[in-house]
Amino acid sequence: MSFDVTNIRKQFPILQTKIGKYPLIYFDNGATSQKPQIVIDYINTYYETENANIHRGVHHLSQVSTENYEEARKTIQAYINAKKDYEVIFTQGTTDGINLVASSFGKLLKAGDEILISQMEHHSNIVPWQMLAEERELVLKYIPMNAAGELVMSELDTLLTEKTKLVSVTHISNALGTINPIAEIIEAAHKVGAKVLIDGAQSLQHMQIDVQDLDCDFLVFSGHKVFGPTGVGVLYGKEELLNEMPPYRGGGDMIKTVTLEKTTYNGLPHKFEAGTPNIIGGIAFGKAIEWLAGQDLEAIKQHEDELLAYATEKLDEIEGMQFYGTAKEKGSTISFLIEGTHPYDVGTLLNQQGVAVRTGHHCTQPIMDFYNIPGTIRASFSFYNTKEEIDQFIIALKKAVTMLS
Amino acid sequence: MSIIDKENELVESFAIYDDWMEKYEYIIELGKDLPIIDSTNKTDENIIKGCQSTVWLHAEKKDDKVVFTADADAIIAKGIIAILVDVLSNETPDTIIDAKLDFIKEIGLQEHLSPTRSNGLVAMVKQMKMYALALKMK
Repeated sequence: MSFDVTNIRKQFPILQTKIGKYPLIYFDNGATSQKPQIVIDYINTYYETENANIHRGVHHLSQVSTENYEEARKTIQAYINAKKDYEVIFTQGTTDGINLVASSFGKLLKAGDEILISQMEHHSNIVPWQMLAEERELVLKYIPMNAAGELVMSELDTLLTEKTKLVSVTHISNALGTINPIAEIIEAAHKVGAKVLIDGAQSLQHMQIDVQDLDCDFLVFSGHKVFGPTGVGVLYGKEELLNEMPPYRGGGDMIKTVTLEKTTYNGLPHKFEAGTPNIIGGIAFGKAIEWLAGQDLEAIKQHEDELLAYATEKLDEIEGMQFYGTAKEKGSTISFLIEGTHPYDVGTLLNQQGVAVRTGHHCTQPIMDFYNIPGTIRASFSFYNTKEEIDQFIIALKKAVTMLS
Repeated sequence: MSIIDKENELVESFAIYDDWMEKYEYIIELGKDLPIIDSTNKTDENIIKGCQSTVWLHAEKKDDKVVFTADADAIIAKGIIAILVDVLSNETPDTIIDAKLDFIKEIGLQEHLSPTRSNGLVAMVKQMKMYALALKMK
């Protein structure tokens, strides 16, 4: 299989959009990915011909929907190589997955237990743990990072103790692009008996993850960042761990029997899926993963690496350029500031020229505090982006800087 | 000049430029005329909440009129607050409170600002009207 970016781009109708007189250059893939035609079409088809509630009806459409929903679960199971399909729990997204673990796994923890996260986490992988720590009198610790935006791995052994029950770290930093050495972290954590949650929100769209090979205990990710719809995500958890954990939310679908005195809970995965789920979200997410699995993932990785290297080189030629996040291992995300300009001004003027980037703190205020800056400009690439778009971006950026200085 | 006259003048000035990049250049220019807030008034209480860049706004009553001074750490935000100060400063509290500010829509400012900035613009207008209301009571 060879990689043909022109062919890939044809499958993403939104890339033909114009912003005023400028063609859209979408470099905000860290926030959300665009959707291929096949996923968009399927959402229509579903509502036109298959819509029904699942796990309930005896009627034809309910059965079709249930089969498709469970098929999507199996597609995702296969993609991340989970042992069992019921280890794949549908959630509302990464944030929801982390909150589920904090709430349910959290109930197994007692005062004095420790949770270890890192200094470069997204707020969604900080706040649920702070809330839990407060509620259950736990100790929350942080793996520090260095100026390049890499975790200081030499600290790990002292931070991990026999009291550490959970380590929750991001695979790829949304603000800096750093790819963390998660295999190493998982191995070290397991040595002290701690479980490990990997925040895959920024990684699944760039690389395949094998949960058995990696041996992580939990993996969370979002549908909308991996070419699927918003409002759906996945929590992968090891079977025995999920069985040990109490349910998260109560309601329909998660029960076996209900009397007015007592309820017995359903088995996995339904125990964690109370109420009517985002049915089309789950099915369309499965379609997106199926589509992604059909691409040449090696070639995708190579193309994204080339985009990162090319953009970094071109940006570096601009006077006053300051990069944030210069780790050796990086995903296709670049955070930067230009001396003498405010990121919001630059972002606004890029927007006027059709370039979509993110500006601000990227929901990672501790990282901004670390560098003592209010925010950055972030360009994050996907494999449908091109070097020609980077050239246009650089022209637009230079024009913005000229206007602002 | 009445608020409406000032608004009309701005609408006409913006109409000269077809391209939004040129309109932004004009916004940046207008920022240079902003009556700058006294450094002693650059306090946390005077920061407008809802702006993603830092915007300071101060108001005081001179005779029966409200006089605004401001500053911002981002150049475009500075231009936008300058436009609002130009329109609303040296007016009575009641005139400020009642101002409809239709020119914002006519220029197309709101839709051309990114959502965070658009929220910032709304926050700026709200804060200026709050000041007018507070000074009216004095």
